[in-house]
Amino acid sequence: MAHTHSSADHNIHDSHLHGDGEFSHPAPLSMLFTIFGILVLLTLLTVYQSTLNLGDMEIWLSLFIATIKAALVILFFMHMLWDKPFNAILFISTLIFVALFLGFTLLDAHAYKDTIEPRDTLKESLPPALADSVK
Amino acid sequence: MTATTHESHGTGHDDHGHEHDHPAWLAHHFDDAEQQFDSGKLGMWLFLVTEVLFFSGMFCAYALLRSLNPEVFSYCSAFLNEKLGAINTGVLLFSSLTMAWAVRAAQLSQHRLLVALLGATLGCAAMFLGVKTVEYSHKWDLGLLPGMLYQAQVSHPEHHAIPTALPYLQAPGVVLLVGFALYWLWALMKRNDFHLQIAGPLAVAAACYVGGAFLGLKLEESAEHAETAAHATHDHSDHADHASEGTAVAGATDATALPVGSERENLLIPQQSHADQVAVEKGIEEVESPSVNQRGRAGVFFSIYYCMTGIHAIHILAGMGVIAWLIVKAARREFHSKYFGPVDNVGLYWHLVDFIWIYLFPLLYLIK
Repeated sequence: MAHTHSSADHNIHDSHLHGDGEFSHPAPLSMLFTIFGILVLLTLLTVYQSTLNLGDMEIWLSLFIATIKAALVILFFMHMLWDKPFNAILFISTLIFVALFLGFTLLDAHAYKDTIEPRDTLKESLPPALADSVK
Repeated sequence: MTATTHESHGTGHDDHGHEHDHPAWLAHHFDDAEQQFDSGKLGMWLFLVTEVLFFSGMFCAYALLRSLNPEVFSYCSAFLNEKLGAINTGVLLFSSLTMAWAVRAAQLSQHRLLVALLGATLGCAAMFLGVKTVEYSHKWDLGLLPGMLYQAQVSHPEHHAIPTALPYLQAPGVVLLVGFALYWLWALMKRNDFHLQIAGPLAVAAACYVGGAFLGLKLEESAEHAETAAHATHDHSDHADHASEGTAVAGATDATALPVGSERENLLIPQQSHADQVAVEKGIEEVESPSVNQRGRAGVFFSIYYCMTGIHAIHILAGMGVIAWLIVKAARREFHSKYFGPVDNVGLYWHLVDFIWIYLFPLLYLIK
């Protein structure tokens, strides 16, 4: 059965063509190669942009390019566009949790000083009510 | 276990007429092939989600360390060979392509093509690791080690044509190559098509591991040549510059400004950390101005570097294991349009490993 199908299935984009119990959607080769080409181009682009002196923008630009690449991999190579929505919900909610995790941790990152200040300086910087408690 | 029995094994599955009420590839607790496939895929996605969360812990550590020590990261990233990183990115992307294609081949029952594509994926994975062995062993020679093991860099380090640890890292690959080549010859002599289909890709993958090391060595060498050439021409003027720049940097308000010149030379100029600079600006006296190039400073970068790339490499190894398992199943002609779940799910895992590397490459190699 599968064998007779396979010959007919060769060049199809049959994401909505469900035969009886047919659930495989062979990805067209043209799509796979196009995505691969774009991914390689974006890799070259990110290598090129690292040679420019962009200062603080650099990290954001390289992360932006990486995110486009990651999205292409997820949507096309991992076939998420044609997947059950529940799997997509799982993945996207994970990204939200990752964002919360990174966001809240980084909020706190610069809340500490790596030097200990002399007590007198500390006393001056505190409101009078608290300053009395520092001996 | 001859090729003919495998043939009948594979095609017989779809025949619902035989004595079992379900084909061998459909577990009896599933209603139909689609339910089986969807359950497997949901399970795989759940696993991948935990993988993303697991790696996010390391990305979080990276973000914290980098935001607290920006100068350490820009200093150390220059020791990573961008060219090798870019080539490895390309190799992984290509392996993702062959893996996605393999899923298609499994769905279309293109058995021989499926074995070839899985073999290509395995070969790319091996090449990735082969290049990594050069990167790692080269760093170990320079003392670019994690945490307190880090050794400060000297301006003219001892040069090894072949990094000391490389033969040890490559030895398993060579042993496997010999083993798989013998296996292949044996299968060839026996004219056993099934074993030939397995032995071929495995031998090629082992060869790719060793080949990756040669490729890595070649590129590492060319990078060094370019550098020594740069040294030769700029040596004098550079050294003259250094004295003045050293003081200039110490006095400059912009601590991140790097003097021009060859990259490695720049690395050896002690840079003041941002924190120290702020301290100086605030008028706090007697602050040491430690170079980034020392134990406990640069080591921070190499700790997170080895942690992230090392755990990523372990994932590659695990992926290679399951791909080898798939090659055996594919050589048995087990996959068809109703049963390709294992290929699809391993594919998902493999793409996730690629996904992680897509972020690791710019975050580790391309910092300026």
